Amino acid sequence: MIETKTLPTSYVSQPGALKTSSGHTLRTDEMIINMGPQHPSTHGVLRLEIVVDGEIIVDVIPHIGYLHRCFEKHAEHMTNYQQVIPYCDRLDYCAAINEEHSYVLAVERLLKIEVPERVEYIRVIMAELQRIASHLIAVGTFGIDAGAFTPFLYAFHDRELILNLFEMTCGARLLYNYFWIGGLSHDIPPQFVDKAKEFCTYFKPRIKEFNDLLTFNEIFIKRTANVGVLPKDVAINWACSGPMLRGSGINWDLRRDDPYSVYHKLEWEPKVGKGEMGTVGDVFDRHIVRMREMEESVRIIEQALAAIPAGNVQAAIPKRIRPDAGEIYARTETPRGELGFYIISDGTGTPFRVKGRAPTFVNLSVLPEISRGAMIADLVLIAGSVDIVLGQVDR
Amino acid sequence: MTAEEIYNSLKTKFGDAILEAKLDALQPWISVDPAKTKEIALFLRDDQAMQFDYMMCLSGVDYNKDGKLGIVYHLFSMVHKHKIVLKAFCTKENPHIQSVSSVWGTANWHEREAFDMYGIIIDEHPDLRRILLPYDWEGHPLRKDYKVPEFYNGMKVPY
Amino acid sequence: MEAFQNLGFWGTLLVTVVLSALPMVFILLYALVTIYLEMKVAAHVQDRLAYMRTGWHGVLQPIADFIKLLQKEDIISVAADRKLFILAPYIVFIGTYGGYAAIPFSSIFIGANIDLGAFFIVAVSSLVVVGILMAGWASNNKWSIFGAVRSAAQMISYEVPTVLAMIVGVMITGSLNLQDVVKFQAGGIQDWVVFGGPLPLLQKLLISPFTIVTFLILFVASLAEVNRTPFDLPEAESELVQGFFTEYSGMRWALFYVAEYANMFLVSAVAVSFFLGGWGSPFGSALSGPIWGFFWFVMKGMVLIFLQIWLRWTLPRLRVDQLMYTSWKVLTPFLFVCILGVGLILVL
Repeated sequence: MIETKTLPTSYVSQPGALKTSSGHTLRTDEMIINMGPQHPSTHGVLRLEIVVDGEIIVDVIPHIGYLHRCFEKHAEHMTNYQQVIPYCDRLDYCAAINEEHSYVLAVERLLKIEVPERVEYIRVIMAELQRIASHLIAVGTFGIDAGAFTPFLYAFHDRELILNLFEMTCGARLLYNYFWIGGLSHDIPPQFVDKAKEFCTYFKPRIKEFNDLLTFNEIFIKRTANVGVLPKDVAINWACSGPMLRGSGINWDLRRDDPYSVYHKLEWEPKVGKGEMGTVGDVFDRHIVRMREMEESVRIIEQALAAIPAGNVQAAIPKRIRPDAGEIYARTETPRGELGFYIISDGTGTPFRVKGRAPTFVNLSVLPEISRGAMIADLVLIAGSVDIVLGQVDR
Repeated sequence: MTAEEIYNSLKTKFGDAILEAKLDALQPWISVDPAKTKEIALFLRDDQAMQFDYMMCLSGVDYNKDGKLGIVYHLFSMVHKHKIVLKAFCTKENPHIQSVSSVWGTANWHEREAFDMYGIIIDEHPDLRRILLPYDWEGHPLRKDYKVPEFYNGMKVPY
Repeated sequence: MEAFQNLGFWGTLLVTVVLSALPMVFILLYALVTIYLEMKVAAHVQDRLAYMRTGWHGVLQPIADFIKLLQKEDIISVAADRKLFILAPYIVFIGTYGGYAAIPFSSIFIGANIDLGAFFIVAVSSLVVVGILMAGWASNNKWSIFGAVRSAAQMISYEVPTVLAMIVGVMITGSLNLQDVVKFQAGGIQDWVVFGGPLPLLQKLLISPFTIVTFLILFVASLAEVNRTPFDLPEAESELVQGFFTEYSGMRWALFYVAEYANMFLVSAVAVSFFLGGWGSPFGSALSGPIWGFFWFVMKGMVLIFLQIWLRWTLPRLRVDQLMYTSWKVLTPFLFVCILGVGLILVL
C-alpha cells in the first residue's frame, strides 16, 4: 500500500495542516505533485511543485538553481573583460551569439569606443541567424510538449544549415566566442554571403510548411488557445520581455525602441500577438509571434547581406581593456527577451561586478500567475511557451 | 524627464529619504534610504509624470569598502521612455532593505537572489528564501570576503 | 473444428491448446513486424532514416530489441505493491488476447465460433482497463496513478462509440458472430459494409454515407481504445514519462508493449471484419480460399495499423477534457444519427 514518505525540505509542517514552500495550506482534497528536476520535457532541470485539486492547478511553485554555475563570481575573477565572453555564451546555450552581443555592447559603451560599420552588420546577421536557430528549438520542443513529435525534427533539419554557416565562420556550432570587444574574432569567409542567401531562400517556404503541420492544426489550436493568458498589465509589472511581452499585444522590441547596432537602418517590424485564435496573450499568441519573428529575421538578414560594407573587423579591438571607473546597464533583444548586463568597473582590467539580467529568469517568475486554474496538461504547454533555458535562468 | 528633474521631484516629495545622487555619470543614479524604498517606488510607479512601470533589473552589490552592501534598481518607463537608477545602501552589520515586490512583481525573485548571494535581508518580502543555491547552504557567495565551505552535507566542496 | 470431434478428452484438450496458441504465434510475429514498421514509418515521416545497420535497413532490429529486453534487470520498487505489480501486465495481455478468440482469421479458422462474437470481444477487452488501473496503483507513483486513471476514463468513454459503431454493422449484417458477418460480405469490394453491404443499389447509395461515417468513427474510437496519439495523454505526455507503465522495465514492459500492439491489431481486426469484408477477397471469388483469406485479412489489418502509425507521428495530442468532449458530445451523437439513418433505410 502507499506509505507517506518523509517530506522534502521545502515543506514547513505545522500541527494539523500541511503547507507548501510558499505558505499555501493544503486542503484535504488537494495533492502536491512534483514535476521533478528530471523530466522528459527538454527544458532542463527545473522543479515545479504543483498543488492540484484533481486536474486543476491551485498553485505552482518553481524551484530553480539546479544549473547554477556561478557566472557572476567567475566574472569577478577573470583577468580581463574579454575572458568573460565564453561564460556569456554558456548562459543561454541555445542563443549564444545574442548573449555575447549584449555583454560586448555593454563593455563597448563603458569604454566609449565605436566599432566599424562592417562589424555591426556582421553582428546583426549573426544575431538574426541565431535568433532563427533559437526559435526553431523553441517551437520544435513546444511541439513535442503538445504531442507532435515530427515538427521538432523538421526544425532541427533547418537548424543544421544555420549551424553550418556558423561553423564556416568561426569554427564552432553552438558556443562561439565570436563577438570580441571592439570587433569580431574572425572575418566572414568569402562564400558566407552566398551560402547565407541560399539559406534564406530555402528557409522561407519551410516556415510555411511548419505552420501547416503544427501551428494551424485544429488539435494544436484547441490545446493552445485561451490557455495561460498573460494580461498586459501583469506582463509589464512582472517585467516580461521578448515574445512573452509581444504575445500579450504590447508592441515593444528593444531593437527598435532602445536601439543598438544597425537595426535602425534596416526595414523590419516587430510582430505582436493579436489573439487570433483565442485571447490576446495566450499560448498560441506567443507561439505565432515566434513563428512570425523567424520570417522577419530572414528579411533582416537579406537586407543586411546586401549592405555589408568593406572594412577590417579587428580594427577597433583595444590592446588593453581597462574602462574608467563607472557602471553601465545595457540591454539587447535576445530570442527569449531582454538580456541586460549591469557592469561595474573599478578602473582595473578585471570587472568589479557583472550582473546578468536573464530574460528567462524574469519570465519564469510569472509562471505561477498565469497558470492558476489551468490543468496539468496545460501547465506543460505554458511552461513550454515561456521558452526557458535553465542555463540562463540559473546562470 | 531628465535625471535632474526626477531628482528634484523626488527631493521635494521625500526630502531626507533621498540621500545622494550622481547625475553626471554615464547612467545617473540616485541613492535612497533603505527603509523607505517601497514608498519611493510606489511614487515612481504611480506618479503621472514619472510612471516607471517597468523594472529592468535589480542587482545586489558588495562595494568591498567598510562592509558596504547595496541594491541597485534600474527603472524604465514604457510610457515616457525615460530611465533612472536607484540605489539603496546598507552595511554588513545591518543588512536590511525594504522590499519593493509589492510595487513591481518582478522584484520578488530578484530580491530573493540578492538575499541569496549577498545576505541582504529584504524586509516585508512575502517569501524570502534562497533561490539559486540549495535551501540549506551556508554563506553568501557573491560577497567579496566569501570563503568556500569545506563540506556541504558530507560532500567535500572544493575539489 | 468438426473434424476433431472424436478424439476423446485428452485429444480434444491437446487440439484446443494448440489452436488457442496459434493466435499467440501470430501476435508475436506480427509484433516484430509492426515494431519495425512503426520505427521506419516514424523515421520517414520525420525526414530521417531509422536503424540501418542491424541487418539490411535494420530488419533485425526488433529481434535485437527483444534480446535486450530479455536480459534486463527486473526492478520492482520497494514501495510498490508486489502482487498487483507483477499481475498487471498479465491481466492487460489476457484482456487483449481473449478477444482474439472470436476473430475470424480465415474461413476455416476462428478460435471460438460463438454467436455472441462481437459482444464477447467488447466484454473481454474491458479487462484491459482493470489491468491498467492495477499497474498505475501498484507502481506507487503519483504520475502513474494519474496516467492510469486518465487511461481508464478514456477507454471506458470510448467503448460507447465503438459499440454503437458495431451496432451499425450488426444491423446491416444481422449477426453478432463475426464469421457470419464476414461471410455476409463475401462477394467482392462492393459488398463490404462500409459501402453499404450486399443490398440493392438504391438502398446502398442511401446507406453508404452513414456507413462510411460510422467506419471513420470506429477507426477514431479504436485509436482511443489503444491509447495512441492523438489520444495518448495517459501515456506519452511530457510529464508522465510513460504514464501508468513508468515503473515497468525489461520483460514486464515488453509485455505491456506487445499487449498494446496486440490491442491495436484487435481493434483493427474488428473494424476490418465488420466494415471491410474480413478475410474476403476484394475481387469476389478470384484470389479467394482459406490461405488467401488469411492473407487478405492480415493485409487489411496492416493497412489500418499503418494509418494508426501515420496519425501518431503527425498529430498533436488532445487534452483529457477535450478527449472526453469528443467522445461524448461529438462521436456518440453522430453515431445515434447513423444508427437511426441505417435503421430507417433498412426497414423502408
